[in-house]
Amino acid sequence: MKPGFKGFRRPDGRIGTRNHVLVVPTVICSSVVAERIAAATPEVGTALPHLAGCGQLGPDMHVTHDTLAAYCGHANVGAVLVVALGCEQVVALTLAEAARRHGKLVDIIAIQTEGGTVRATEKGIRIARAFADKLAKVERDWCDASELVLSLKCGGSDYTSGLASNPTLGRVTDRLVALGGAAVLGEIAEIMGAEHLLASRATRAGTATKLIQIITRVETEARALGLDIRGTQPSPGNIRGGLTTIEEKSLGATHKGGELAPLEDVVAYAAPIERKGLTVMDTPGLDVESVTGMVGGGAQVVVFTTGLGTPTGNPVAPVIKVTGNARTARQMADNIDLDVSGIMDDSETLETAADRLFDEVLAVASGKLTAAERLGHREFAIHRRNPTI
Amino acid sequence: MKPVLVISERDNVATALQVLDPGQTLSLAGATLAVLEAVPSGHKIAIRAIHAGEEVVKYGSPIGLATSEIAAGAHVHTHNLASTRGRGDLGSPAIAAEPRLAEPPDPRNGGQP
Repeated sequence: MKPGFKGFRRPDGRIGTRNHVLVVPTVICSSVVAERIAAATPEVGTALPHLAGCGQLGPDMHVTHDTLAAYCGHANVGAVLVVALGCEQVVALTLAEAARRHGKLVDIIAIQTEGGTVRATEKGIRIARAFADKLAKVERDWCDASELVLSLKCGGSDYTSGLASNPTLGRVTDRLVALGGAAVLGEIAEIMGAEHLLASRATRAGTATKLIQIITRVETEARALGLDIRGTQPSPGNIRGGLTTIEEKSLGATHKGGELAPLEDVVAYAAPIERKGLTVMDTPGLDVESVTGMVGGGAQVVVFTTGLGTPTGNPVAPVIKVTGNARTARQMADNIDLDVSGIMDDSETLETAADRLFDEVLAVASGKLTAAERLGHREFAIHRRNPTI
Repeated sequence: MKPVLVISERDNVATALQVLDPGQTLSLAGATLAVLEAVPSGHKIAIRAIHAGEEVVKYGSPIGLATSEIAAGAHVHTHNLASTRGRGDLGSPAIAAEPRLAEPPDPRNGGQP
C-alpha cells in the first residue's frame, strides 16, 4: 500500500489533518471575545488572537488581511466564525467570503451590532457550538501522502540541529517530495550563507533569481539601518550552543529542505503554496511569525526541530517537535514528540530516525495529537514590517 | 561516541561532541591533533592553522572569516570568527559578502567547485 494518512476531504479538494471551528477576530479589539468563544468549544474550537487589523497602511494591511483570509480557507478548518468589532479596517465580509469560497461553514458577528462583549460572546458560542456538532459528523478518509504540504521549521537551534534533527527532517522532505508531496521552508535570514545549496536545485531560472533577490533585500535592509544582523542572528542561545555565525546556522538549517527535492517556487508571506516539491516562503526568522506564515500558505503539518527546546504550536496545524539533543529530550520531555539524539552517539542512523519521523508525520496527519496540541500551544503572530499609524 | 566530528573533507574546523580538554590528543583521519584549550561540547575546534582573514569552513561551505590567527587545536567561536553576511555595520556592500549562487571553489581541486 502506498504511504498515506486519514484526512478530511474538503469541498475544494484539499485535505485537512484537523477539523477545527476557527474563530477569527478581524482586529485586536475583538480578540478577547474570539478567544472566549473558541474556549467554549474546546474539542475543536481555536481562535486567531492577533495585534493588528487597524491602524495599518499599504502592504502591512494586506499581509494582515491575506493571512487571516488564508486561515479562513485552510484545509484544517471545517467552519469559520468571523468576530468583528464594527469600525476596523479588516473587512469581516471578505474574510467570510474566503471561507465560503473553500466550502466552509461560515458566519459573522460584530460586537458593536450585537451590543457588547456579553451578547456577542453568547451569540458566538451558540454559533460555534452548532458548527462543532456539524463537524463532528465529518469522517476521516484514506488519503495519499502526496496530499501533504509539510512546513519545515527549526528553532532554539544548537550544534545537534545541523548534525541530527535537521538532516533527519531533510530525509523526510526528500521522501515526501519523491512521493509527490510538497514542503515549505521559511526564514530567509536563516538561508543566508546556504542559498547556493537551494539555488542549484531550482527547476526554473526565475526561482533561483527570486530567492537571491529576497536574501539580498534582507541584507540591504540591515545595511540601510546601519545594523549588524549579528545582534539577533545567531541568537544568544544559539551562540551558547556553539553556533558562531549566521552562515553556520543557515548551513545547518537548510538541511531541513533535504538534498534532492527540487526547489519549485519562492512565494510571499502566507501566500498559497501551489507547487509540489520544495517552496521557499519569505518569512522572518522569528519562530511564531514564520510558522504562522507557512501554515497560512497551506501546510497541514509542521515539523519543528529544536536543539535547546521550545514550546511553539499553531492554532490550526499540529506542530511536531524533534530534537537531537539528549539532554533537551529529558529536560523538556513534555514539549518533545521525537527524540533522535541516538544519531549523535551512533546508536541510531539518520535513515532509521527518518523512518520514525516519517511514520510520526503520517500518524499526526491522521489525528495523533502532538505535544504542543496537548499542552494547548496555539501561538499565532502575523508578520509586520511597518509602524502602526 | 567520537570526541569530534568533521562533517566535510573541505572543513578546517571540527565539532566537539564532548568537552575537550587542553593537552588531549585527537586522531583525525590518520593525523593527530593536540587540543590547545578547553572547547565546550557543541563548539568548534580548528583542525589546521587558519590565518586571519581566511575563510572558516564547516559543512563544506564558508561560515565566516577568521578575525585573528587561529592555531590548529584552538577553540573557534565569536572571539576569532565573524560573519560576513547582513553586516549593515560594515557600511560598504563591497566589504560584505554577496549571496552565493554556486559551491565555493575547492582549494584542493585547482579552484574548481
